[in-house]
Amino acid sequence: MEEELQPEYGPKWSDQRVERMLGALVVFVVGLLLAMIAVVFVRAWPSFAHNGLAWFGPGGDVDNQLQEISLSGQNGLNYVWTFHAWPLIWSTILITGGAVICGLVTALFISVFIVEFAPTWMANILQPVVRFLASVPSVIYGLLGVLILVPFIGNHLITQGEKASVAGVISLTGYSLMAAVIVLTIMIAPLMVSIFSDGLRSVKPGWVEGSLALGVNRWRTTWKIAVRAARPAIIAGTVLAVARAIGESVMLAMISGSTGWAPNPADGLIFVYEPSRPLAPTIVKNVDQLSSPPANATLFAIAAVLLFSAAFCSFAGWMARRAMRKYGAA
Amino acid sequence: MEPLTAPPPIRRLDPQDPTPAAEAPATATSFVAARRSIAAPQFSIRRMEVDDVSVHYGAKEAVKRVSLPIRQGEVLALIGPSGCGKTTLLRSLNRLTELTAAAKLTGSIRLDDVDIRLIEPTLLRRRVTMVFQQPNPFPMSVFDNIAYVLREQGSRRTKKKVLAPQVHSALQRAGLFEEVKDNLDHPALKLSGGQQQRLCIARALAAEPEVLLLDEPCSALDPQSTAVIEDLIVKLRDDVAVVIVTHNLQQAYRIADHVAFMYLGDLVEYNSATRLFNTPAQARTREYVSGAFG
Amino acid sequence: MESSLATPPPPQAPPPERKAPTRAVEGSATWSLLDRLGLAFCWALGLLFCAIAVGIVVYLFLQGVKFLKLSELTTPAASGFSETESGGFSDALFGTLIVGTMGIALALPAGVAIAVWLVEYGRPAPLARVTELTIEAIAGIPSIVLALFGTVIFSSTALGFLSRSNEGVVFGRSFFAAAAMLALVALPLIVASTRQGLESIPRHVREASFAVGKTKAATTRRILLPTARPQVATGMILGLGRIIGDTAIIVVLLGATQNFAPVEGAPFPLDYLRGAGTTLTNFVYEASPTGNLNQPQKAYAAAFVLLLMVLGLNAAADLVHRRARKAGTWSH
Repeated sequence: MEEELQPEYGPKWSDQRVERMLGALVVFVVGLLLAMIAVVFVRAWPSFAHNGLAWFGPGGDVDNQLQEISLSGQNGLNYVWTFHAWPLIWSTILITGGAVICGLVTALFISVFIVEFAPTWMANILQPVVRFLASVPSVIYGLLGVLILVPFIGNHLITQGEKASVAGVISLTGYSLMAAVIVLTIMIAPLMVSIFSDGLRSVKPGWVEGSLALGVNRWRTTWKIAVRAARPAIIAGTVLAVARAIGESVMLAMISGSTGWAPNPADGLIFVYEPSRPLAPTIVKNVDQLSSPPANATLFAIAAVLLFSAAFCSFAGWMARRAMRKYGAA
Repeated sequence: MEPLTAPPPIRRLDPQDPTPAAEAPATATSFVAARRSIAAPQFSIRRMEVDDVSVHYGAKEAVKRVSLPIRQGEVLALIGPSGCGKTTLLRSLNRLTELTAAAKLTGSIRLDDVDIRLIEPTLLRRRVTMVFQQPNPFPMSVFDNIAYVLREQGSRRTKKKVLAPQVHSALQRAGLFEEVKDNLDHPALKLSGGQQQRLCIARALAAEPEVLLLDEPCSALDPQSTAVIEDLIVKLRDDVAVVIVTHNLQQAYRIADHVAFMYLGDLVEYNSATRLFNTPAQARTREYVSGAFG
Repeated sequence: MESSLATPPPPQAPPPERKAPTRAVEGSATWSLLDRLGLAFCWALGLLFCAIAVGIVVYLFLQGVKFLKLSELTTPAASGFSETESGGFSDALFGTLIVGTMGIALALPAGVAIAVWLVEYGRPAPLARVTELTIEAIAGIPSIVLALFGTVIFSSTALGFLSRSNEGVVFGRSFFAAAAMLALVALPLIVASTRQGLESIPRHVREASFAVGKTKAATTRRILLPTARPQVATGMILGLGRIIGDTAIIVVLLGATQNFAPVEGAPFPLDYLRGAGTTLTNFVYEASPTGNLNQPQKAYAAAFVLLLMVLGLNAAADLVHRRARKAGTWSH
């Protein structure tokens, strides 16, 4: 396709023209992303600037702080900026971490099962099941969580004694870390399964065969050779799942308890019954306050943290995959 | 075939004596062989017996009623045009055909007089290991590639130090140790093709097999590496029974002691290499070895 | 045949108590206990997944049958104290259809165009790399962040014609705003799927078309895209699923209302599209016990309708996939 050799009477949709148009669209989309990053961080800046590193730290009741920030913007006199987001960040870490660890284990076993061990009829059932679970809207998971799982935890798992033991501090109703982690796991594991099983299927058959020919049984061959060779796909799937978990807002707004509380593992196992609220649902819950300038900045600051975390995950995954290329597994 | 290198020497056993001594005193003296022959009757060095074996893939019959002996102390070459069933026959020797659900095997294959279908497949595959056409070292370090076999056979977490002597000896038997001893931790996939294939042979030897199956081990390699591997195969025949599939007639002529010529699933002729190449009994064989078809 | 076959050792009769196994694949009987426990765990998890999926479908189906009334699909929400007085969710149903149509109308051409550019043009190479990264990044951005970004751009006076504006203050929440941001959610899925389809077309197909004097553009339009149609369709269906399933963007960018709020004075379709509205996801969210309406029965009914849509999309994707496989492809 030499560009110099333009025909004298080129067709109306000449290649050059099409290429320019498509190129313009591509540049527009790239520009949109850059604009978004810029806008989010510019909008977020006042909140970070007023709080400094304390933004990320603990201190005070985060729900009260948010309320005062919003009110000060409504009144328009002296803006209040004080915001210590630690309970929200801690909740995000706990829920995301818990769900990703559970999801990783589940997804690994299920994808190994689908690709290597399940009888054909079982694999033929499981694949659409996984696709279906991945496509159920998060709000449906949220609804079922609220109406089934949360009451179950509140009525059957949490004992009266446990409720009484923390009665003055926080009420345990079933809206809990545990509910959030369980539902989030069900949401993200199917995503991981689809990427993991693609990775497992594309492992060179020569490696698996080579291992079997040496008298290693299929189970160990799968885990030591196939899973090992599929590690880049496993990392890619995990990164995607982390991004999804960090960004999940509506479902968590429904069942995490929506309380600016940092569940404390030092309380013993009871902390999994404690309510909390991660970063993303905080935005959904306070979206009415966007018109108040300091609240607007605070919410964009939360968005900036989410954006940065998602980007950081992708970057970490990319680094890990690069490191693996050394052994040729990529 | 290889104009740039001197023709490799013919390495097969004394051509005048096509069937090696039945008592096999030379092989029995080696420690490994002695240990292995406990299970086998001492008077026989036949390790495997292919008896009236047919393999079907659905309606297609890939191997038709083949009978062959496989002896320790010699190299058996399976030759024939592509698609003639030689690789299928080789793969059925350690039950790898079973991984293809459609494959059905009839007849019997015996290892030391025990039907291999009665031997648990993973145990069988440790006694009858296989090297493939494409070098397939695992995506790990050189050391781990061999240690993998040892670890999976023994307890799971064996220290590197404990395994080192076994790994080294496997590499030495494959003639690779001198080349890689300083970088055992390097990724195996960074080795050259010939080194990778010898690593695969070392890996197969680390399992201490009794029979070594080689599926066109040199077809992906350059002439130099091929010569090195042929050398190696000939050295190995004292300790293990070697079966090699090749479509390189010169290679079969150089290294094989017995040759089986297969055509369209049929075993056309089984004979000592000298006779099969110089005075073939069948017309088909004559045509093939003189390059008439293939 | 050579004489060495003459005296085979007499074949040992297999021990009578053990029949020669005929199973095609190695069983787990000889594995160590730990390995077998692992396989059992696989089965347990697989069955659990099936149980969860079946549970969700059956439970919502039962609830849907119990609570869904046809009138709810045809009447808009009304303010009322009990579930019987508060109308239905027809606006939400139409809202979902509108948002889905508009979002795909934006995302499909853009996604296909980007995929074509990436596969067929991709020059300059650095821009192609940056584009790939951008698409990957958009896929990883939480939709709530996209929603917040949407409030900024659609509140700008330049884009005031896309939503309601009042004395120079642009409301910034409308079907246009929501659909634009939802299109971004669907975009990476469409790009990835279309790319996969284009990349799987062998080179010789393109060369054959060039050889008869077709331009690259014509080849793409007449040969490549029709060939990749199943993948484009799959991407579109996946994207549509994400669009109708998203709640965060709807909550933020479609306005906190349960009814259409058309802008007065605008011509017919535009008045609705410029106004605020709602969708089924938003309705379920608001009608759940944690939302503002708290009408769990109607939430179940709406969730059931939503689930039917999702199941329909899944079935459509399956159909496309199966048809494509039946149609065959080039041998590689």
